[in-house]
Amino acid sequence: MYNKQIMDHFQNPRNQGSLERPDGEGEAGNPVCGDMMHIYLRVKDNKITDIKFQTLGCGVAIATSSVLTTLAKGKTLEEAAKITKMDIINQLGGKDQIPPQKFHCSIIAEEALGKAIADYRQKPK
Amino acid sequence: MKTIYLDHAATTPVDSRVLKKMLPYFQDQFGNASSVHRLGQEASQAVEGAREQAAGFLGAKPEEIIFNSGATEGNNTVIKTVARLLKKQKGLNHLITSAIEHHCVLETMQSLEKEGFKVTYLPVGQQGIVSPEDFRQALTPQTSLASIMYANNEIGTIQPIAELARLAKERRVLFHTDAVQAANYLDCRVNQLGVDYLTLSAHKFYGPKGVGLIYRRTGAPLTPYLHGGAQENHLRAGTLNVPGIVGLGEAIALTRSEQAQRSKQAGRLSTRLRVGLTEKIPDLLINGDTKRRLPNNVNITIKYVEGESLLISLDLKQIAVSTGSACSSGSLQPSHVILALGVPKEFSHGSLRFTVGQDNTLDDIETVIKDLPPIVSRLRKMSPTAPAKYH
Ligand code: FES
Repeated sequence: MYNKQIMDHFQNPRNQGSLERPDGEGEAGNPVCGDMMHIYLRVKDNKITDIKFQTLGCGVAIATSSVLTTLAKGKTLEEAAKITKMDIINQLGGKDQIPPQKFHCSIIAEEALGKAIADYRQKPK
Repeated sequence: MKTIYLDHAATTPVDSRVLKKMLPYFQDQFGNASSVHRLGQEASQAVEGAREQAAGFLGAKPEEIIFNSGATEGNNTVIKTVARLLKKQKGLNHLITSAIEHHCVLETMQSLEKEGFKVTYLPVGQQGIVSPEDFRQALTPQTSLASIMYANNEIGTIQPIAELARLAKERRVLFHTDAVQAANYLDCRVNQLGVDYLTLSAHKFYGPKGVGLIYRRTGAPLTPYLHGGAQENHLRAGTLNVPGIVGLGEAIALTRSEQAQRSKQAGRLSTRLRVGLTEKIPDLLINGDTKRRLPNNVNITIKYVEGESLLISLDLKQIAVSTGSACSSGSLQPSHVILALGVPKEFSHGSLRFTVGQDNTLDDIETVIKDLPPIVSRLRKMSPTAPAKYH
């Protein structure tokens, strides 16, 4: 159905789950098909030391969530905020490996992370 | 590992007895049924044999059968040509259908709306069944044709066709039914149903793809959709698909004699599937009326998960099913059928359709009952909408 990389992340998602009292969290939904992604962050010295995701969605949505967490983990908040949907898609084999109508699934990943970072930044420290 | 195929509403394999009958017509007896020479006449005889088999199944006259490429063509032909003709002849411009028809009926209706027709899309309620009272009230002096499916392809609910057709007749409204999903399991005798038109596709009852038929009651109007040769009594131009038609004939004859047994077996398997899954998976809902439905259809909603991810996970276990989730449709539209039941949007999101067939065994069903629950647990664990007990 999908390529090896997508199927691997779908079957063995990295960093799936939640964090107790996260330093930041964000949720993005997909109005098109009703999917939902939730990101939890642990931040230390401006670095993402841990990240978890929960996703309700298709195979691509789960795979992109998983890839996003691997890209963000260990990065500074500034670096992580720059992760785009293309970075995620490239990790999964590139643009032509994902059906065009599935591109929006990676946008929710980008969005959820953005919201989680914003949430961290506005929290009183 | 062999695939456990539980998607018979999508298509069925060609029965080997059907295939055997078809094979000679590809090479040895390849004649064009319109040719005058012997080869052509042999092909023509084979087609007429199939026509009688189809007529036998429908309790119709052979000349009331028009072979074509399948129900998409059949539904387009009946609805468009009858609607346009009666508009031209009598100025009638109202049509009735249901909200849960197959896309090939709904989109045909929508295209007629653009031509200026008025179309009533009858609701179905949570049971997934058109109410005769709603139907009666929708009939107007402007109504020319009603088209209501016999059984639904997604949730398997059976519509009260005989009753609806009787109401239509009282008001001199022509009645068409798309019987594609019904053929395998239900009585399709046109006089029992009282319909003016009925359409079928062979590949839903163990015949080949790309061939189907229109039943048209003698005297009911119809004009050709495709223009060309004089085939099918000038009603459907194009060289006859002889092997396909022979296959349809054999498949329909087998259905006629084996229908009762098919229903019984399908009923046993799908009941076990429904009970087994309901026992093992909490927060599971059954879609569509539980009694008035095809014996081979189980349609469920598994809450807090998405259908495509369920489907891929089952596919990895060699189990083939389908879903009404928006994520798995090319258009990203959730199933219009599940939405028509008036249930929350999420219900289509986590919906799965199992449709059993004549080659399935109880072992297949037990495998699904064993394999699906861990898949559901895994995906629920991942889901932000699932309650804490699933995490
Ligand atoms: S999450 Fe719906 S299509 Fe990917």
